[in-house]
Amino acid sequence: MKKITAIASAVVLAAGLAACGTTSGGGGGGGGGTSAGAGTFTAPDVPMKKSLGAMEGQVNILAWPGYAEDGSNDKSVDWVTPFEKKTGCQANVKYFGTSDEALTLMKTGQYDVVSASGDASLRLIASGDAAPVNTALLKSYPDIQPFLKDRAWNSVNGQMYGVPQGWGANLLMWRKDKVKPAPTGWDAVFEKNPPYAGKITAYDSPIYIADAALHLMNTQPDLGIKNPYALDQKQLDAAVAVLKQQRPQISEYWSDYLKEQQAFTSGDTLIGTTWQFIANLVEADKVPVGVLFPSKGSTGWSDTWMVSSKSKNSNCAYAWMDYIAGPSANAQSAEYFGEAPANAKACDLTTDKSFCATYHAADKAYADKIWYWTTPIKQCLDGRKDATCTDYGQWTQAWTEIKG
Amino acid sequence: MAVSGLLHRRPGLRVGLLLTPPMLWLGVAYLGALAALFVTAFWGQNSFTGDVERTWTLDNFRNLFTIDVYRTITVRTLGIAVLVTLLDALIAFPVALFMAKVASPRAQRLLLVAVVMPLWASYLVKAYAWRGMLGTGGLVSWVAAPFGLDTPGYGLTAVIITLAYLWLPYMILPIFAGLERLPGSLLEASADLGARSTTTLRRVVLPVVFPAIVAGSLFTFSLTLGDYIAVRIVGGANQMLGNVVYDNVGAANNLPFAAAVATIPVVVMVIYLTAVRRTGALENL
Repeated sequence: MKKITAIASAVVLAAGLAACGTTSGGGGGGGGGTSAGAGTFTAPDVPMKKSLGAMEGQVNILAWPGYAEDGSNDKSVDWVTPFEKKTGCQANVKYFGTSDEALTLMKTGQYDVVSASGDASLRLIASGDAAPVNTALLKSYPDIQPFLKDRAWNSVNGQMYGVPQGWGANLLMWRKDKVKPAPTGWDAVFEKNPPYAGKITAYDSPIYIADAALHLMNTQPDLGIKNPYALDQKQLDAAVAVLKQQRPQISEYWSDYLKEQQAFTSGDTLIGTTWQFIANLVEADKVPVGVLFPSKGSTGWSDTWMVSSKSKNSNCAYAWMDYIAGPSANAQSAEYFGEAPANAKACDLTTDKSFCATYHAADKAYADKIWYWTTPIKQCLDGRKDATCTDYGQWTQAWTEIKG
Repeated sequence: MAVSGLLHRRPGLRVGLLLTPPMLWLGVAYLGALAALFVTAFWGQNSFTGDVERTWTLDNFRNLFTIDVYRTITVRTLGIAVLVTLLDALIAFPVALFMAKVASPRAQRLLLVAVVMPLWASYLVKAYAWRGMLGTGGLVSWVAAPFGLDTPGYGLTAVIITLAYLWLPYMILPIFAGLERLPGSLLEASADLGARSTTTLRRVVLPVVFPAIVAGSLFTFSLTLGDYIAVRIVGGANQMLGNVVYDNVGAANNLPFAAAVATIPVVVMVIYLTAVRRTGALENL
């Protein structure tokens, strides 16, 4: 428990800064915390790698689908093979569907490196499953966008626990031929009697509660939600009520991107949460879909490659992080996945020259409009001292109850 | 020579050696795993890091009994299991009767192959095939359209249809085996005594075949009780007990609570087996 309290106080400090920044910004979202700053967070004492050694010959990678393509899905999409040729490290890639799944898999100690989103990274650090990363050993690190470094979800006391991969927003997708007029914001999936009842989809994870909280932030200011990841019991109940009311309108929840792709293609789902990457796949199937970043803000992710504290192939793991954060591989993976690359030089190497402009890759102001996934904890992330917030365990419980 | 001589002279040792491997399997691998499950159910979890905390607690069972959603899910799962079992019994009985008593030996062999054939295909392939068929514009809606009907879409109906399809062979085979054992002379005697075919079915065939149906129901019922894949594929937004276990293991990483939830189907099956033992169905397995 001591650990959690310590983390919490660090995050509270960080979020306090963020809250100051966002209260003046009005209802348009605001990043989920700035630098972890000088807090009292004492992460478990996990040794950091001091120097690089000989390659072990293999590396076990745990990745979001699309982050480590080796050409087995599509011959032309392959940046793992060049890495293997360059370093002599055989890359064994395992995909995960949700952050929670990644966390469980990391606990097995069988993986060397993981692409963790903000709702998982702090938990990985707190449980001692992730090791601090010696960024001095990484050639690509200086080119990473400065606004992605030392953030609340990837560093502790200025010590980085990984290398940023990329970031993006959770988007609203709809079938252009069936949904008219086009939706303008998240109201379309949360309103009481939506015209597309029974054809709505939502992301299947407790973290989706933050989407409802963000909706409440914009529609019911009197609830006093300042950060969708910092909900006290009353605010969580309100968000749960929104989701329970939405539940009968849901065709199905998705966490498997293939399921969402198929449901939109067949028309079983007409509107709901998506990632740009899935929208690209659906569009490639010639299905007419529209995608929107709602102007009132959205949740999103900022992913970080982290090294396991139990890694047996740490040299290959560092080589992988250096490689995937390098301009060429970062450009390819980010473009394939549909997110803003973390490496500033990647923007010159994308096949679509306007890619980085489309994804606002260097646009700090836009990046700050996204509420990045962050693990909810007991101490309120928005800096409130007089309230107790709900933690991820309670969110998980609530999520089961919402689904019924 | 000495060893075989010893084994010959000591039948007890012989039996002991013969039984050791299966007893080890049953005792260590099977019952041991179950015991580990029960022990885990009494542990706690750090809800933030997800680490198991090995301190004794009844919280998991308290949550299981006091939070309404788990009762709802248990009742739903039991309901689905009962409906799948009934549906399978209704479909399997005439098929098995035809195979055992009407079909020629050659047709019987072909039918047996036909019944077993779906078991050669992967579970996932079959479940996803139903997802395709039950979806908007799929085969089901195409067939139903002329009758003014539509596909049930993804939901509990789809789950029951899919599971009934998946487990059907496990119902047909025991009933078929039971009917095979029913002597033809009994049916002839019934007819000679003036019974109509419906009477024969009711008073001769059903009593004989009932334990076989119960034997089949053990498969369909227990398999449905533990299933979580079909409901993920065709169940829309619904969840069953298996999903709660899966979500708590795979997503929330709350092994102790998952273990507590997993005891529900175990308890249900123990009760069911105790009841079934009285019907003599276990000799039909």
